[in-house]
Amino acid sequence: MRTTYREAVRMALREALARDPRVFLMGEDVGRYGGTYAVSRGLLEEFGPERVRDTPLSESTFVGAGIGAAMAGMRPIVEVMTVNFSLLCLDQIVNNAALLRHMSGGQVAVPLVIRMATGAGRQVAAQHSHSLEGWYAHIPGIKVVAPATIEDARGMLAAALADPDPVLVFEHAALYGLEGELAEDAGPVDIARAAVRRPGRDVSLVAYGGTLGKALAAAEALAREGVEAEVLDLRVLRPLDVEAILASVRRTRRAVVVDEGWRTGSLSAEVSARIMEGAFYDLDAPVARVCSAEVPIPYPRHLEEAALPQPEAIAAAARRLVGHG
Amino acid sequence: MSEPGTAAVPSREHGLALLSDMLRIRRLEERCAELYGQGKIRGFLHLYIGEEAVATGAMRALRPEDAIVATYREHGHALLRGVPAAALMAEMFGKATGCSRGRGGSMHLFDAGRRFYGGNAIVAGGLPLAVGLALADRLRDERRVTACFFGDGALAEGEFHESLNLAALWRLPVLFLCENNLYAMGTAIERHQAQLDLTLKARGYATAAESVDGMDVLAVEAAARRAAEYVRAGEGPFLLEAKTYRFRAHSAYDPELYRPKEEVERWKQRDPIPALEATLRAAGLLADEDVAGIEREAAREVEEAVAFAEASPWEPVEDLLRDVYATPEGRGGGAP
Repeated sequence: MRTTYREAVRMALREALARDPRVFLMGEDVGRYGGTYAVSRGLLEEFGPERVRDTPLSESTFVGAGIGAAMAGMRPIVEVMTVNFSLLCLDQIVNNAALLRHMSGGQVAVPLVIRMATGAGRQVAAQHSHSLEGWYAHIPGIKVVAPATIEDARGMLAAALADPDPVLVFEHAALYGLEGELAEDAGPVDIARAAVRRPGRDVSLVAYGGTLGKALAAAEALAREGVEAEVLDLRVLRPLDVEAILASVRRTRRAVVVDEGWRTGSLSAEVSARIMEGAFYDLDAPVARVCSAEVPIPYPRHLEEAALPQPEAIAAAARRLVGHG
Repeated sequence: MSEPGTAAVPSREHGLALLSDMLRIRRLEERCAELYGQGKIRGFLHLYIGEEAVATGAMRALRPEDAIVATYREHGHALLRGVPAAALMAEMFGKATGCSRGRGGSMHLFDAGRRFYGGNAIVAGGLPLAVGLALADRLRDERRVTACFFGDGALAEGEFHESLNLAALWRLPVLFLCENNLYAMGTAIERHQAQLDLTLKARGYATAAESVDGMDVLAVEAAARRAAEYVRAGEGPFLLEAKTYRFRAHSAYDPELYRPKEEVERWKQRDPIPALEATLRAAGLLADEDVAGIEREAAREVEEAVAFAEASPWEPVEDLLRDVYATPEGRGGGAP
């Protein structure tokens, strides 16, 4: 069926609410408004205000309440409008959700799902555009996933809800309108492995979330020049599927890591380090990275575009590695 | 604030039980302080000495099915909730037999089976958890109370205000218990709060509130019972403030430069333990041998706990990475 990323997330939410009475959705404007990105439109009418709960603008408390409800055996899905606002609940995510199992000696589980939008590309300026998922991927005790395809937007939520640990789902805001085909019987997918989205032999383009499409566009351009790029979608940012990363790099002997986060101290730095640790002698060239410029995301379109990883820059980095630069 | 003396004189049995509870906490913590000096307990050790009437009175209002969220000054709360003293002491030693397998220490006592959810060391960080525990009860139609203890320092945190507002907005069954010991670590309440009347803060969030003398265990118990009944009846949250005082330093690292010794001495005159003893004696309900018996039992409990902790094994270093995720390193995550 023809659908969108937004619709796919909504299908997943609807299925979760219908299937399990422990599941409820909570967040700012998820109910009457229908979700900031219109993801949850119609769910309030379908499931009622007890299970689709509009919250005050109190990120720390409604995320903490999600943690508390999960501790008590519920399966809350908490929506934080964007990762930028999640800094108001960083304490609850990092000091509670991630630590409770350990601090309690394994007694307290937090089977919570937190969804948030991330990323730039819509000219909404610095306080609504950043990609901070790499920070969260630093924290032991939480899992971090980034659906980049319609199939993953549809299927990752069920796996996240089935997980006994807190899972953060990062939906790139520019992807909600993405259109594509989804199998009628599309269902749950794993949240364990990276996926090769395009096979190739000359260079690996490692991307996730909002940069997957750009990496695929770069691979198209490279193919026209005779360079066969493999595109690896990380899918899960913590725990990283290091085996899949290393396997791809061993095939191609070159890697470009693409990350919408800033380069310094980033997820791309982690991926690069893992490649160096695990596949150094398989490399024919140093690992390259294409990240956001080290600047808060600016408002004007031309500057925003210049600040973000773009297909041209990814292709250029790949060309340099294969000696076509 | 409730008028002093409004709580009726308890039965002999009940009076002795309250006295015993307070003394058990006091003796346990006095021993903890010694053990800290000997290096057996490390890290931070926040003693409740002086404040025992608050937990003792409040716990009497709670039932086994209720949930408790406490702070890092929670040894007494855990003990009265029924966490064995041995498991508490082993936890403070960092032993594998501790109530949190030794991973938490003094500030992170947990007992999920008794619905004792920490042991939370971020000031006010436990309030949203309590709101969530109560929300779960509400969604499942469980008539239970979640009691959330916090100090006056939490009043300045955003989470206090957010949590009161949300609990009141959704009429959730949370009993907020402010243990106002007049200091946020070393900052006196008049130096961190513009409005000292806590019941007014609660009113700002359409929440029922009462203030009680936290040095009077009978008054605390009576107020806590009223408050818990209100919450259990589905009327929404309740904020109970107990005015109390910490006799010891904030933690073992505190040189106490911020408060005059005379102030501490003045409050020690109001020590809740001798105060209850006096009440019971005046009513003819307490004899010397009763006190001796309680002391003997408390001492035995403490020494058995210490012996257990001493004899307990350390967790093997090979287990370092356990209990971060449900599975090693969070592996798994297959499609359900």
